Amino acid sequence: MTLAKRIIPCLDVKDGQTVKGTNFVNLRQAGDPVELGKAYSRQGADELIYLDITASHEGRKTFTRMVQRVAAEINIPFTVGGGVNELADVDRLLSAGADKVSINSAALRNPGLIDEIARHFGSQVCVVAIDARETERGWLCYLNGGRVVTDRSLFDWAREVSERGAGEILFTSMNHDGVKTGYANDALRHLTDTLTIPVIASGGAGSKEHFRDTFLYGKSDAALAASVFHFGEISIPELKSYLRQEGIRVRI
Amino acid sequence: MKVAIVKYNAGNIRSVVNALNRLGVCPSVTDRPEELLSADRVLFPGQGEAFTTMQYLKEHRLDSLICSLRQPVLGICIGQQLMCRHSEEGDTECLGIFDTDVIRFRPTRHEEKVPHMGWNRLRNMENDLFHGCEEGVFAYFVHSYYVPVNPCTAAVCDYIEPFSAALHKDNFYATQFHPEKSGDTGERILQNFLDLKV
Repeated sequence: MTLAKRIIPCLDVKDGQTVKGTNFVNLRQAGDPVELGKAYSRQGADELIYLDITASHEGRKTFTRMVQRVAAEINIPFTVGGGVNELADVDRLLSAGADKVSINSAALRNPGLIDEIARHFGSQVCVVAIDARETERGWLCYLNGGRVVTDRSLFDWAREVSERGAGEILFTSMNHDGVKTGYANDALRHLTDTLTIPVIASGGAGSKEHFRDTFLYGKSDAALAASVFHFGEISIPELKSYLRQEGIRVRI
Repeated sequence: MKVAIVKYNAGNIRSVVNALNRLGVCPSVTDRPEELLSADRVLFPGQGEAFTTMQYLKEHRLDSLICSLRQPVLGICIGQQLMCRHSEEGDTECLGIFDTDVIRFRPTRHEEKVPHMGWNRLRNMENDLFHGCEEGVFAYFVHSYYVPVNPCTAAVCDYIEPFSAALHKDNFYATQFHPEKSGDTGERILQNFLDLKV
């Protein structure tokens, strides 16, 4: 027996409001990240990810207060990320009630942060997000939300992250993100075949088949999506019953 | 109803407080003996490492206190493991409430990742804790050590091999999974614990 494959809606939050527009049915406050998260939880989401895309200090405080509300009102695990630069940020977000914290650029700049988080709080709270693009020189990691290329190879970095004690990798393919033609399953397959920690697929979901493919061919442990859920193009209950018909173990 | 949560050096106790709040209960988080002894229900939750948490319990004389409790007690995750006899994690002598040891998962295939983290099914739920829960319902787990199936097993989960998803002996109950993070199923299990007939 294996674990259920996880379906994870991702919510971008700025100044306490979800950023991408939504046409979620029967939701009074579509902009409220807590209300939206609750709706996803009721629909059968297995986990939620909230990303703070605010740059300001004031925005950070608002985000922390939101994390406290999510923890108070939602009964499934949730990860938070965005602007996590040091151990104190992790402490603040875990104290506010987050189950896991995702780090991205800060890990590339200071890989020792992964070891520190794992040592202080346990590997299970440490999600390392990797944004990468397939180039002529292979898969390369990017910093600052995909704006700055590095010379780190995706696969080398993923292995290092895992050895340093990350509990999970959230891999976003920049080639696939927003295109809705499916996840980067070849790269995902390479990651899941070589690593011993779970890998969350991100970037490319456009149809139910794409989720099936990333679980069957990419061997992803979880699949993240934003717009297909936010705009109601795919509903989680329908997606899960489809995946179950396709022989994939999901929680219904 | 007075509900107390054991205050010690384990993480993630706040989420149990939140879950009880959602059920309309305001628990006290305390290490004061009189408060723990007089509560109607005691929860012993948390995430952490066996050796350091056990050491803390001993230093604060909470070890003998927990064993002496007579009201329903619910251990969660590391709480369940600490209520056993011995843990392989840090070669730790534990409370010995459940006469069984805690051992580490040993994967036999690449797909068997440790920690066991995510949603898995419960089966053979022969206990009042699971009143109203269907066989095969999913719960949320995060752990690297487990309790093998034994005479106190109150629910089974399968990962690498069958293990105890829950334990029960006398007034002591425990779950390896996190009811506070297991959606509606978890809330039902917590409510069942509060509703236990004494």
